[in-house]
Amino acid sequence: MSFIQTRYNLTETDLEKYLGEALFKGGDYADLYFEYLSSTSASLDESIIKSASQGVSVGCGVRVISGEKTGYAYTNDLAPEKLIHAARTAAQIAAGPTTAKVAGLEEPQGNQNLYPVVLAPSDVEFSQKVALLRAADEAARAYDERVFQVEASYRDSVRHVLIANSESVIRSDTQPLTRMDVSVIAREGERLERGHDGTGGRVGLDYFQTERTPQDLAHEAARQAVLQIGAEEAPAGEMPVVLGPGWPGILLHEAVGHGLEADFNRKQVSAFSGLIGRKVASELCTVIDDGHIPSRRGSLNVDDEGASTGRAVLIENGILKGYLQDRLSSRILGTPPTGNGRRQSYKHIPMPRMTNTFMLPGEDDPQDILRSVVRGLYCVNFGGGQVDITSGKFVFSASESYLIEGGHVTRPVRGATLIGNGPDVLTKVSRVGHDLKLDRGIGTCGKEGQSVPVGVGIPTIKVDQLTVGGTNVLRSASTFQD
Amino acid sequence: MSYLELTSDLVARARRQGADEAECVVREGSQFSVNVRLGEVDQVKDSGSKAIGLRVLSGSRAASTFSSDFSGKGLDVLVKSAIETVRFTSEDPFNDLPEAEQLGVATDPAALRLHHDDVLALTAEQKIEMARTAEAAALEADPRITNSEGGDFRSGWSRWTLANSRGFGGEYSSTHCSLSAVPVAESNGSKERDYWYSVSLDAAGLESPEDVGRRAAERALRRLHSTKVATTEVPVIFEPRVAGSLLGHIFQAASGDAVYRHASFFADKLGEKVAGDNITVVDDGLRPGGLGSSPFDDEGVASRRTTIIEDGVLRSYLLNSYSARKLGLETTGNASRGLAGSPGIGPGNFMLQPGDASPADIIASVDRGLYVTELIGYGVNLVTGDYSRGAVGLWIEKGELTYAVSEVTIGGNLKEMFKQIDMIGSDLDYRSVFVAPTLKVRCMTVAGK
Repeated sequence: MSFIQTRYNLTETDLEKYLGEALFKGGDYADLYFEYLSSTSASLDESIIKSASQGVSVGCGVRVISGEKTGYAYTNDLAPEKLIHAARTAAQIAAGPTTAKVAGLEEPQGNQNLYPVVLAPSDVEFSQKVALLRAADEAARAYDERVFQVEASYRDSVRHVLIANSESVIRSDTQPLTRMDVSVIAREGERLERGHDGTGGRVGLDYFQTERTPQDLAHEAARQAVLQIGAEEAPAGEMPVVLGPGWPGILLHEAVGHGLEADFNRKQVSAFSGLIGRKVASELCTVIDDGHIPSRRGSLNVDDEGASTGRAVLIENGILKGYLQDRLSSRILGTPPTGNGRRQSYKHIPMPRMTNTFMLPGEDDPQDILRSVVRGLYCVNFGGGQVDITSGKFVFSASESYLIEGGHVTRPVRGATLIGNGPDVLTKVSRVGHDLKLDRGIGTCGKEGQSVPVGVGIPTIKVDQLTVGGTNVLRSASTFQD
Repeated sequence: MSYLELTSDLVARARRQGADEAECVVREGSQFSVNVRLGEVDQVKDSGSKAIGLRVLSGSRAASTFSSDFSGKGLDVLVKSAIETVRFTSEDPFNDLPEAEQLGVATDPAALRLHHDDVLALTAEQKIEMARTAEAAALEADPRITNSEGGDFRSGWSRWTLANSRGFGGEYSSTHCSLSAVPVAESNGSKERDYWYSVSLDAAGLESPEDVGRRAAERALRRLHSTKVATTEVPVIFEPRVAGSLLGHIFQAASGDAVYRHASFFADKLGEKVAGDNITVVDDGLRPGGLGSSPFDDEGVASRRTTIIEDGVLRSYLLNSYSARKLGLETTGNASRGLAGSPGIGPGNFMLQPGDASPADIIASVDRGLYVTELIGYGVNLVTGDYSRGAVGLWIEKGELTYAVSEVTIGGNLKEMFKQIDMIGSDLDYRSVFVAPTLKVRCMTVAGK
């Protein structure tokens, strides 16, 4: 019996009854998503622990699908009469005889565990979490005398889920998620600049002792802030751009990932609609979404519809291969599910979402790639990004970037924004490095008001031409030819 | 037991178990949403939920807990773990509840017109019909509207209850509804999407579904065949919807939490010139029917009207009681909290005083420039004021809107931009808590080809 079944005394007969209620007006499919989320957080500011918090959120979402229509209702009271009420509310979407039959829930074989956390963060003393924050504060302040503000935060959660559907599937999972962030402001004279680093994943507290320590985060955040003090204004105009490995993979996430989510494509509103089998990238580019990498922030044993996660090839040697599917889209499009049905919580209807999205490594030496650029921009860290799915236009903000002059990385610049067109940008990739890195585990993706944790990754790549939105026009377009 | 009694009871229990002070909140609400796509209902969601949050102070240490479990056992855990957790935070002499004399309700909640029975009276069928009509109006507006992400109607009700150990107890409920349409326009290989929406606390205040659909279609159509322009420095006009985001940056920069950390370019600038003489910004938490109105803030301090910038001079920050103590000032009644954590800072109705120019006058004043209708990306640095965002809009040539522009960025520094707003429209847009009219910034970098 899963955690939720035990805690709320939910038998399989109960679950079948609720599914039956959900289908009382007809419909093709129904599912129940029970969630028990416990979380803790703490934050440090001005060298003291200013807040600590813990809490629990519990609820169940009931979904009914009838044709292409979805009815949804939720309750955070798991009493039988409330669950029946939610089921009958969701049921209102359907009319006519049901094609679904509820009988005999079964848990599929071969359950994987991608995140075997020895000690769940929820079982660790608060004092240990708070100690991480103090260590980060101390390390950041010791890094450089120009560091004058340090904020650090820690949060963890354990999400227990139970999913049962009218196709007789019942699945449960326990999903830990832990992260730590450090933000630094450095000052020199009147000049103030910010730096940030964060890390985490589906890991326990030991991660911060063995993989990336609070000191590592503090040094990185302080390094960025101090570096920015000396940075000059970013150039503006079109120029070649080299992306460093790891977190700059948010280019893939924004530029192509969202456009390949199946809901936008079955509705024909994506810039990538109808392009399966067509060339959408240079042949150097192979792009993967893989929800199956151990301990990663974007990974899941089962997606939020109870499907096993796996590895989806989105683009192979430049050719568009497939979309990211949830259950509804895969049924309507007649393609196999990819385990990408995700939701923020029991209050939300699942939709196709990315997990960990990255580009496979190529053969180039990253140094050679930089040497090939006469004048351009080298971006190694980013803030956020955003995309317009229909036009394909994307934007993201570089938080650490440098000018490349004569094949050498020279001066740091600040405030660079990259803007481009999703279906276009990967066609301009002319070099791909052998140094694939995944990010440090801080990505959160928002879509239609729902946030889910994701991962990204990329090797060093060169995009021959991209618009850089800086403020320095003098150093613009014409002087930035490769 | 009412939630007012429940929150007071939990405050008392927390004190009995060792807390020196306590504050408890309950948020209860229901929401309905429907999406109609290509004339068919795509999704309907109809639900309610409630949750409770408790914050305790022990000496000058603070901690909080939250839960959606209102059972006896659940509430026991809520109180017990708050008391346990508070051991792990630091003594912080600036931590306290607001002083008793600061607590209170500004006005009878009814006078703020936050709760409207006409929203609650709408049937599911009526809501679906409004979404359907809005989408249909968009689809019928022009043959180049070939597709749609649908028409949406959303409505909801919520009640917020707050009690603390200094004797405050209050609650208010509010309703809201919104209607939107998201059409896709297509012509000769160009495909563009845009949207329009209306939002109001009462159903009567919504724009008609036909208007919402038509406006959405016009907006999508005018984006077709967009092009990049060459990198240049020109005047940039922000239509009200995007001008609101500039007001959002003023709010963030004037936010006491950012100011005491020096994470804002408004730090140490009270009484100084931070914008042009023509700029006056007011935070009004008491505007009847305003999306950001409330009788009291999330610490139980009466909401009010505060002048933030007057004729270009920074007059006040936005403060909760903590940031006020840090800065040696008085709270402005802008505490904002969720269920967990310490209170942050939120706006009431954050409004720029309108000018007298019509949008047409402002456009006519520009020989060559960009009229911005949408901004994307997050390239704003509140420490330095550096500003660079992706923009979509229309190119202005000799005082006229001409072709569509996209895949460009607009860049500058907010500190300079606020001083370079040389025309202010009369067309305030109330569809957000950031209320702005059309604005023109004299010169920004537009980066494109």
